Amino acid sequence: MRKALAVITFVLMAASVYAAFVYAPTEPKMGHIQRIFYIHMGTVWVATAAFILVFVSSIMYLWKGTRKWDILAYCSAEIGVLFLTITILTGSIWAKPVWGTWWTWDPQLTTTFILWILYIVYLVLRSSAGSDAKKAKFAAVFGIIAFIDLPLVYASVRVMRGISPVVFGPGGGGIAPQMMHALLINLAACSLLFVLLLKERMDLERMGDELMALKTREG
Amino acid sequence: MKKVWAIIRKDIITELRTKELLTSMLTFSLLVTVIFSFAFGFSTGLVRLAIPAMLWITFTFAGVLGLSRSFALEKEGNAVLGLLLTPTDRSLIYFGKMISNAVFVFIVGLIIVPMFVLFFNLDFLGTLLPLIPVMFLGSLGFVSVGTLFSAMAVNTRLREVLLPILLFPIIIPLIVSAVKLSGLVLEGKPLSDGASALQLLVAFDIIFIAACAVVFEYVIEES
Repeated sequence: MRKALAVITFVLMAASVYAAFVYAPTEPKMGHIQRIFYIHMGTVWVATAAFILVFVSSIMYLWKGTRKWDILAYCSAEIGVLFLTITILTGSIWAKPVWGTWWTWDPQLTTTFILWILYIVYLVLRSSAGSDAKKAKFAAVFGIIAFIDLPLVYASVRVMRGISPVVFGPGGGGIAPQMMHALLINLAACSLLFVLLLKERMDLERMGDELMALKTREG
Repeated sequence: MKKVWAIIRKDIITELRTKELLTSMLTFSLLVTVIFSFAFGFSTGLVRLAIPAMLWITFTFAGVLGLSRSFALEKEGNAVLGLLLTPTDRSLIYFGKMISNAVFVFIVGLIIVPMFVLFFNLDFLGTLLPLIPVMFLGSLGFVSVGTLFSAMAVNTRLREVLLPILLFPIIIPLIVSAVKLSGLVLEGKPLSDGASALQLLVAFDIIFIAACAVVFEYVIEES
């Protein structure tokens, strides 16, 4: 089961690289740099899904109190931060030639940046919170508060800058069908990679638990 | 209601006896203000633009100083155990602590504003009166999350150091709208010009007071 998943993920990743670099046509205005958008969209999609998962499993953990929800929240947050880091990096690489700057404080970028910081803080909190059940509860509470904060952050950045139209995505509305295919393959590949990483990471966490239990039992 | 009031009364009496919270917060904000004036080299033109931001930076830092003591005090002699043993809903403890924190932070805010008026030569009544509601809403939102995180931070390894790290990213919407509104006030415009910022501020207060009151029971515990 795991092997099959790993193989499929690998094949899809390879296909997505092919689709992004060879199959998809070159964007007329931006040129080759636009190809980075496929991985950019893929990772941001996974990060979003991961953080929603953190929110949901945090609520479930506070409600049910079972360790599996806590493991899910923790591992999901870790992978979410990893993917969002890739999103921000690829976005910057794209923005430098196209917008002429690595970074600008527009509502979308600012919100993403704060999102990234919030979940890094989540991980800091986890590593600092001491004993296990307490750590899990604190992290769950922060995971919920952080998620609630996001729409407010987005609204506040718009208030700060004056409301600006949202222009995002390659070429706006109409994109070539091959581009759409490449994008979909990338989304699928990133999603599978996320599932695979999450599964492995959660198993690792469970093994850690087992080891701890064994250690305390044996003294 | 009576139980909430009992906690508020306890905190206020403690503060009146020791005076350590208000003294440290006020001294700190005075120092920050002085440092800001030095940093800007007394060039009034430059300072005027930065006043709203400086005001709220001073307020936030001073507020964190006060909040971090809030539950550290309860931990001393394990007083928090007494709170937990009272037969009452945990969210009432939250409201008690939150309101007493709000009172302290609001008082500090009310003293910082005239201090800024004095140091940076602003219009006294024209600035002070419209800033009071902004300061009030700002304090409320600030302590709503701050009280929750303060209870969390004292129980972690990093202790008080963790509080600003947890708090600052969350209160960004609050600070943004408060700075925006204060800027309008300093330009002599009515608050209604910043309706969207005001809405955001009120929304922040309501959402986080409700959310924090619900989750508070999971973070408070005896050490």
